Amino acid sequence: MPPSRSGARDIERYAGLFARRTQVMKSSAMRDLMAVTARPEVISLAGGLPDTSTFPAEDFSALMARVGADDAARALQYGPTEGLDEVKGPIMEVMAAEGMEVEPDDLLVTTGGQQVIDLVCKTLIDPGDVVIAEAPTYPGAAPVFVSYQADVLQIEMDEDGMRIDVLEQELERLDREGRAPKFIYTVPSFQNPAGVTLSLERRRRLVDIAHRRELLVLEDNPYGMLRYEGEPLPTLYTLDGAEFVIYLGTFSKILSPGLRLGWCAAPRPVLDKLNLGKGAADLCSSPLSQLFVRRYFDERDWLAYVGKLTGVYRRRRDIMLEALAEHFPREATWTRPQGGLFIWAKLPDFIDTTDLLARALRDHVAFVPGRAAYLDGRGGTEMRLNFSGVSDDAIREGVRRIGEVIREQLALYGRLTGAEPAPSRASEPAREAPASHAPAAEAPDSQVLPLRRKAG
Amino acid sequence: MKVAVLKGGDSLERQVSLRSGARVEDALDRLGHEVVAVDVGPDLVDRLGAERPDVAFVALHGRGGEDGTVQELLELLGIPYTASGPSACMRCMDKVVAKHALRDAGVPTPDFYAFSQAAFEELGAARALPAIEERLDFPIVVKPAGQGSALGIKFAATADDVPGAIVAAFSYDTKVLLERHVAGRDLAVSVLEGPDGPEALPIVEAVPQDESFYDFESRYEIGRTRFICPADLPDAVAERARELALESYRVLGCYGFARVDLMLDSASGELTVLEANVIPGLTDTSLLPLAAEAAGIGFDALIARVLELALARAPA
Repeated sequence: MPPSRSGARDIERYAGLFARRTQVMKSSAMRDLMAVTARPEVISLAGGLPDTSTFPAEDFSALMARVGADDAARALQYGPTEGLDEVKGPIMEVMAAEGMEVEPDDLLVTTGGQQVIDLVCKTLIDPGDVVIAEAPTYPGAAPVFVSYQADVLQIEMDEDGMRIDVLEQELERLDREGRAPKFIYTVPSFQNPAGVTLSLERRRRLVDIAHRRELLVLEDNPYGMLRYEGEPLPTLYTLDGAEFVIYLGTFSKILSPGLRLGWCAAPRPVLDKLNLGKGAADLCSSPLSQLFVRRYFDERDWLAYVGKLTGVYRRRRDIMLEALAEHFPREATWTRPQGGLFIWAKLPDFIDTTDLLARALRDHVAFVPGRAAYLDGRGGTEMRLNFSGVSDDAIREGVRRIGEVIREQLALYGRLTGAEPAPSRASEPAREAPASHAPAAEAPDSQVLPLRRKAG
Repeated sequence: MKVAVLKGGDSLERQVSLRSGARVEDALDRLGHEVVAVDVGPDLVDRLGAERPDVAFVALHGRGGEDGTVQELLELLGIPYTASGPSACMRCMDKVVAKHALRDAGVPTPDFYAFSQAAFEELGAARALPAIEERLDFPIVVKPAGQGSALGIKFAATADDVPGAIVAAFSYDTKVLLERHVAGRDLAVSVLEGPDGPEALPIVEAVPQDESFYDFESRYEIGRTRFICPADLPDAVAERARELALESYRVLGCYGFARVDLMLDSASGELTVLEANVIPGLTDTSLLPLAAEAAGIGFDALIARVLELALARAPA
C-alpha cells in the first residue's frame, strides 16, 4: 500500500487548532482511572461531596415555590455581574460568622468558588508567572493553574499548615532569580486535601510576608464553618485588613454545591478587574440561585443547618479515624483534621497509590491518589480520603478494604526484599495503645506532612 | 445489517473503549447499518439475545474484551464478531504467553522473565531476583502481564527499585514480567487483512514530547506525543519491521486486524517485538486508524473491511 503523508490528517485536523496552553493540560490516566470509581458498586472515598441528603426536601421545595411566586421574572432574568444585592446580605452574614466585616461593594458573587480561582488566574497570570501553592494542593486548582500556564511552586506542609520558613526560603530563591510570585494560593482551614489548618502564628507571618512583599494571597475558605473541634482562628482576610488578601467563600459546603454560588472579597482595584473577567466568562451567576439563597437566609436558620452538617461530618470523621487505626497497617500515617471533609494518608515509599487504586478498584473501593494534588510529580505514596459524602457503614467497609490491599502489598514487598513478612491482619494483635513505633523512612524528596497515628 | 457495537465494560480502559465504540458507531451509521450500542455489563447475554444482531463489532479494550472472554461468549451465541478469536486474544492479552510464543517462533523480543504472585508467595521466587537482575541489566522494565495500557509499567533503574515496581505491577495482574529495557524508537505496525491476506500498514512512530516514557497518558492525548506516519526509517528497517509485525500476527493467530508494537534499538539497530494488541484503539487519536489512512484507507472503509472479515469467517 502506498504510504501517504495525509495519514496524520485525522489527528492534526483538530490538534492544529488547539491553543498552546491546552498541551499542558494532562489528565487522562487519572481521569480514566477515576471514571471507574464512579461505578455504583464502588465505595468511593474519592469524592469531595457534601451530604446534600441532609437538606430537608420540603424546605427546598417550599422556598423554591416562594421564589417562583414572588420573584419569577427576576429569577428567570439576567442579573448584574457583581451579583444581586439580595444575596450580599447572606454573604456578609456568613463572613461575619467567621469574624469578617465587609461592605456589599467589596464583594463579587461568582459561579461557585472554583470560578474565583479561575478569575484570579485570568486576571493575574501571564504564561510562566509563578504561583505558590501548598504541597499537596486542592486537586481542582491544579488544572486551573496549568491552563493559564502558571509555574506552580508547591510549599510543603506540616500539621500547622504551610511551612512559612520554607516559603521564605523559596521567595528568597526566586528573588535571586529575579522572579516574584503573583499570588500565594492557600486553603488555610481544614485544607483540601491534607486536612490540616494553618496555625495563628503562621497566619500572621503569611500576612506579614504579603504586606512586606506586596504579594496577593488567595485565601480559599470553603470549610471554615465546618469545624468539629478546637477554637476558630481568624481568617487571613481579617488579619490582613483587606489589603493583600483575596478572600474566596462559597455556599457549596454550608448549603449546596448545586446552587453554584460562591463569592470573593478583594481590594477594590483587584475586584474591578475580576468583575471584568467574570463578565466575559458568564455575564452573571444564576439569579435563581441567588434569590433562593436570600429566601433561605430570611426564612430558615442557616446556622442550625451548618450545626446539623457539622454533627454528621464530625461523626463520620471519627468513624474514619477509628477505621484507619483498626485497618491500616502500622507503616501508614494520616492526618487528624479538626474540620473539613478530608483525611490525607501516607504510605511507605514503595507503595504507589495510583497503582494501588487500580488494585483497590477490583475490591470496589476508591480514593484519590496523591499525585492528583501535586503538579510536580510528587505524592506517589499519598492518598486523599473523603468522609463527608459517604455513609457510616461505607466508611468502615471502604477503609477496611483499602487496608486489606495495602497489607497485601506490604506482605509482598516484605517477601521480595526478604524482610519479615508483614503479619496478616487476623494474626495481628489489636492495637489499642497509642502507637509508638517510628514512621516509615521518608523518601528524601517527599514533603513532611502532619502525620499522626490515631488520636492518642 | 444490524451491528452490535460492544464497548465500555469495566476495565481500566473503559473510557478509551467508549471513545473507540462511539467512533465505530458513527462509521457504521454512515455505512448504512443499523447500529445497536452495547455498554458491556452483566446484561450482555440478555441484550444480545433480545437484539439478535447479525454481527458484533468488538470495540472493547483491556480485560473482558481483549482477553477472549467476550469472543468466547459470542462463539457460544453464534454471533459473528470482528477481529481475533478467543485463542489469539488470550495469547496477546497475556504478554508473557505472547512473548514465549514469539520467542519460540524465532521472532525477536526483548529478554524477559515472568512470575506469578504464587511464585513469590509459595516458591520463594524472590531469591531468584538477583540472578535476573544480573542477566537483564538495568534499567529493567517491570510490567503487569495483562494490562492493555501502560498503567503499571515501571522502570527500575537499580535493584532497589525492583521490589516496588513488582508490587505495583501486581496491582493489575497476578503475573508480572521483568523485561530488558530497549532504549530506542517506539514503532507501531498495524496489520489489516486484505484480499491477499494480512498486510502491514505504514509504520507509526510515537515520539513523546515531554516525558521520558511513552506513557498511558500521552498514548491517547493529542499534543503529548507526536505521531509520525509513515515513520522516517531506512527502507530496509521499515521492511524488516513490517515483516516482523506480519510474522507476529501469524504466530499469535490474529485475525482481521491488530497492532504490533516494536522497539528499534538506537545502539544496535536491532528490532524487537514488545506485544500485539488484538483490539487496538479506534479513537481519533489512535494509531491503527492513522496508519490505515496513511495507506489510503479511510476510517469508514477500515470499519467496512473489518466487518466483512467478520462475516467471511462466520460458519455457514
